[in-house]
Amino acid sequence: MKEVLEELEVRREKARAGGGAKRIDAQHNRGKLTARERLALLLDDGSFEEFDMYVEHRCTDFGMQDSKVPGDGVVTGWGTINGRVVYVFAKDFTVFGGSLSETHARKMTKIQDMALQNRVPIIGLFDAGGARIQEGVAALGGYGEVFLRNVRASGVIPQISVIMGPCAGGDVYSPAMTDFIFMVRDTSYMFVTGPDVVKTVTKEEVTAEELGGASVHTTKSSIADGAYDNDVEMLLQMRRFMDFLPASNLSGVPALPTEDRWDRLDHSLDTLIPNNPNMPYDMKELILKVIDEGDFFEIQESFAKNIVTGFGRLDGRTIGIVANQPMVLAGVLDSDASRKAARFVRFCDCFNIPLVTFVDVPGFLPGTDQEYGGLIKHGAKLLFAFSEATVPKVTVITRKAYGGAYDVMSSKHIGADVNYAWPSAEIAVMGSKGAAEILYRSELGDPEKIKERTDEYERRFANPFVAAERGYIDEVIMPHSTRPRIARALRMLANKQAETPWKKHNNLPL
Amino acid sequence: MFSKILIANRGEIACRIIKTAKKLGIATVAVYSEADRDALHVDMADEAVLIGPAAAAQSYLVVDKIIEAAKETGAEAIHPGYGFLSENAEFAKALQKAGIAFIGPNPHAIEAMGDKIESKKLAAEADVSTVPGYLGVIEDAEEAMKIAEEIGYPVMIKASAGGGGKGMRIAYSKKEVEEGFDASRSEAKSSFGDDRVFIEKFVEEPRHIEIQVLGDKHGNVIHLAERECSVQRRNQKVLEEAPSPFLDEETRAAMGQQAVELAKAVDYDSAGTVEFIVDKDKNFYFLEMNTRLQVEHPVTELVTGIDLVEAMIKSAAGEKLGMEQSDLKLNGSAIEARVYAEDPTRNFLPSTGRLVHFKPPEVGTDENGVTVRLDTGVEEGGEISIYYDPMIAKLITHAPTRIEAIDAMGKALDAFVIDGFRHNIPFLAALMRHPRWRSGDISTKFIAEEFPEGFVPSTPDGEERDVFIAVAAAIDHLSNKRRRSITQQMLGEPVCFAVERVVELGGASEKVTVSPGSEGSLVVALTGEGKGRKMHLVSNWWFGDTVWHGTIDGREVFVQTRAILNGYALTYQGIEVLTRVYTDREAELMALMPIKEPPDTSKMLLCPMPGMVVSLAVEEGQAVQAGDTLCIVEAMKMENVLRAERDGVVTSILAEPGDSLNVDAVIMEFE
Repeated sequence: MKEVLEELEVRREKARAGGGAKRIDAQHNRGKLTARERLALLLDDGSFEEFDMYVEHRCTDFGMQDSKVPGDGVVTGWGTINGRVVYVFAKDFTVFGGSLSETHARKMTKIQDMALQNRVPIIGLFDAGGARIQEGVAALGGYGEVFLRNVRASGVIPQISVIMGPCAGGDVYSPAMTDFIFMVRDTSYMFVTGPDVVKTVTKEEVTAEELGGASVHTTKSSIADGAYDNDVEMLLQMRRFMDFLPASNLSGVPALPTEDRWDRLDHSLDTLIPNNPNMPYDMKELILKVIDEGDFFEIQESFAKNIVTGFGRLDGRTIGIVANQPMVLAGVLDSDASRKAARFVRFCDCFNIPLVTFVDVPGFLPGTDQEYGGLIKHGAKLLFAFSEATVPKVTVITRKAYGGAYDVMSSKHIGADVNYAWPSAEIAVMGSKGAAEILYRSELGDPEKIKERTDEYERRFANPFVAAERGYIDEVIMPHSTRPRIARALRMLANKQAETPWKKHNNLPL
Repeated sequence: MFSKILIANRGEIACRIIKTAKKLGIATVAVYSEADRDALHVDMADEAVLIGPAAAAQSYLVVDKIIEAAKETGAEAIHPGYGFLSENAEFAKALQKAGIAFIGPNPHAIEAMGDKIESKKLAAEADVSTVPGYLGVIEDAEEAMKIAEEIGYPVMIKASAGGGGKGMRIAYSKKEVEEGFDASRSEAKSSFGDDRVFIEKFVEEPRHIEIQVLGDKHGNVIHLAERECSVQRRNQKVLEEAPSPFLDEETRAAMGQQAVELAKAVDYDSAGTVEFIVDKDKNFYFLEMNTRLQVEHPVTELVTGIDLVEAMIKSAAGEKLGMEQSDLKLNGSAIEARVYAEDPTRNFLPSTGRLVHFKPPEVGTDENGVTVRLDTGVEEGGEISIYYDPMIAKLITHAPTRIEAIDAMGKALDAFVIDGFRHNIPFLAALMRHPRWRSGDISTKFIAEEFPEGFVPSTPDGEERDVFIAVAAAIDHLSNKRRRSITQQMLGEPVCFAVERVVELGGASEKVTVSPGSEGSLVVALTGEGKGRKMHLVSNWWFGDTVWHGTIDGREVFVQTRAILNGYALTYQGIEVLTRVYTDREAELMALMPIKEPPDTSKMLLCPMPGMVVSLAVEEGQAVQAGDTLCIVEAMKMENVLRAERDGVVTSILAEPGDSLNVDAVIMEFE
């Protein structure tokens, strides 16, 4: 019996060594941690249970039968983050470069199936060079199976992809179908085809960083939702991030005990809106002062900064926040901002995270650039997303809510539950000056008359009361009471049930 | 007594005057410019009158508008505060004509003391000692030496037309006068085209000490002892105190006596200040008299127990001084620190913006007789605008002894949270720890001598470092405990975490264990080699609080806390340290992570303040010389021209007109 027990220890030892000391050192020298080190940081101490440690590939082509490593390039299993169960897989770059074989894929799909069935989030740590070429179509088939499971689980359990090394091909498409992608700066890349292929095909010379580094994907392509400086920073942030996320679409949001009083007033918000309507102010100050403890996990912080999206908490419970940012492009809605916010709203709706929307929007961005780029369709995405969302929705208009953008930003008309406005709110078709110039075109030559008309329009519409008289605004609130107002509204909406007609799925304007 | 007064000022001094008026049951009228619509003094006053645009020249300095506001509201008297119209004799006369009382001295006193030459003459007549010197034209070195002998060494030879140190020589002997005279004269000639020079006594290790005087309309004048304001930066006072740690009873009495004589010579009938320069041998010389309430008046109020604003109002109303010189009692020691919106690490560049956080220390008097007072004109959500003085607040402490007052100031500064722009609290906090300041061995050159390269925050060591470690570990412990009580946990397993932690602070690390102590306290034990200290911490701090207020081994400590990625930035005694707390394993793996050097910003143009790019003056590839205009950034409606600091070639431009930039955003890069 003893020998059998020893045999187990020997086999475990061998599997845990991965690609061997030399490859582990090489991994460290690149500034990267190994798959097992990463999982140790991500999960609670000692909570990781590994599955399929002894799995080896079955390939016999190109001499592969002589080179086998237990685990086959991916470490899978489950553990806990602050006591909450998560399923995990981590590509092991030290074993065949983390490349995907048929058996490697099988390990992943097993974990995916379990996560879906047990309604628990799944986190993938990617550091892999794509399909194992020696296996050919078997590897491609494996990817397909992973993709299918990504899609099946979408909207049922949160799927998080963390990119921690160079990833190409199938190893970027699986992340692309998950809910969030985070990248480690300088050591991770994502592209469909790498710089070598690019050079062969298009003669374009480009570095891996320029083609698919974290800075590209967080600022230009918007593929990544956030980036951190190194593996440790990343994994500790992922622990923080998971504290915001529900386990599944049926679990409801987690609650974190807090001593930050729900009825805390903040009088400095009464002077947040500058006296000059053309002066910007920082919407993030409002967000940080309203949510619990100022703890805000921003999503896509570096992309389309004219809209802010992210997670916070009220009453200790997760909320999703969408807010126009007057500091950038006056908070205007453009294609990028619309897409960014739409995806965020849909995630929140999938997982029953209440939505809080702060509005200061002068309208949609005009111009050929935007129109040629499909602003109509991209703007429609956000309109669609807010309209279809059945989670509790609370909206606060702080200043401008002009034109169609007013409708889009979670207005009463598209199903928001509670709509508040600050006394500084201006809900109108457009700014007073523009309106006067259109209404009184014949008086355009007379600046004094136009000024008079502008003042007249301003008196009539540059306030929240015209909308409030119609019930589009439920209550005009003091800025300092914003936190207690939203907190109470969300308590009141806690058991919201919204019916939607049966459909296979809707047809979001993609 | 008046039933209603108007305050022709803004900011903290307006608020300060309103407080006393309220105490006396007098109604108050504030005046304000368009930029001060939401200002605190407007809120505090019973009535407020808009007097014009932001620029002081169009509002706070316009005599007619202020008189009109007083008439409109029926104010019987006007307090001018300091600055603005406070030493404007024409204003005082205009009020006389309008039948409104001026809460300040008579116009004649203002005029007499406002004139440099006239005031010196009056001082000499009143037997007030002035800096010995010869103001006439000196023909040659021969004559210069004779004059120097009469004055006594050391002497200073100065260009009559001069300024900025050019044509200035200090001579300690006859020989040095001979050499210096010619050199000074030729330098004066080449610098100013005027070779006239004069000679006066050079005051060694000068200290700025001033006497507060108080008079009434019945010929009574007394002094309220001195204030020392030697800690100055480029003639701007930074710290003031009363009493001076330097004066003895005899000198104090002599200076007081002379100040009273001078005040009497001009029939002084309000609160005023006679400034002296005092040398290392306690010789004192008259500089000038300020015929108004001084910024630093609170230190006198705290040691004398006299409300100076109240005394001014009563005197203006014709009341007699309620006390005689012999009634003056000095009690304890008071310190004032001026909190400015300026960046001490960037050569004290003024800073403006919104007070996103403004959480002053608790004010009042504790059981040990230590008083903390705050005079401010702003509140959280307010604004420090470009139009006026960048002073945010005056923090004043009073205690039985000077060192207690300094320590109380240190603590109060630790607890003072200001966020939204740069401020000088880190510098003030560093001063409170400075041995020379603590010993009282200061002069007006103190800051220039001790901070020749400007202010560089130090790194913590010893006790301070232990405070950082303890607070970082305590916060981390609370965070671990709290996060492990999140809902939706797996059943059946207790969720625990390692009590052995590694605190990383500013590149170094320290091993600790954290465990619960008695009565809700935490015990942080340093477990590194050669360490063994155990610290007992008690605090009610919770996430989101900006100050960790508690005790460490029974000692009260205030540490400012700001969440950063995976850690906290802690500020204590003016030092900010980034702290992160790891498990042993995390620390071990963190050590494998590559160190990322922050980008070299010496070859970049960074935006110095939040603002909008108005225009760019250069193109990519263009060669620029030091001093060339690169770009114009508008901040707070002011255009700021950003210039090249050295010669170079613009390699890339990263901003375009219309962009809103944050502080330190890269505008362009150079070769």
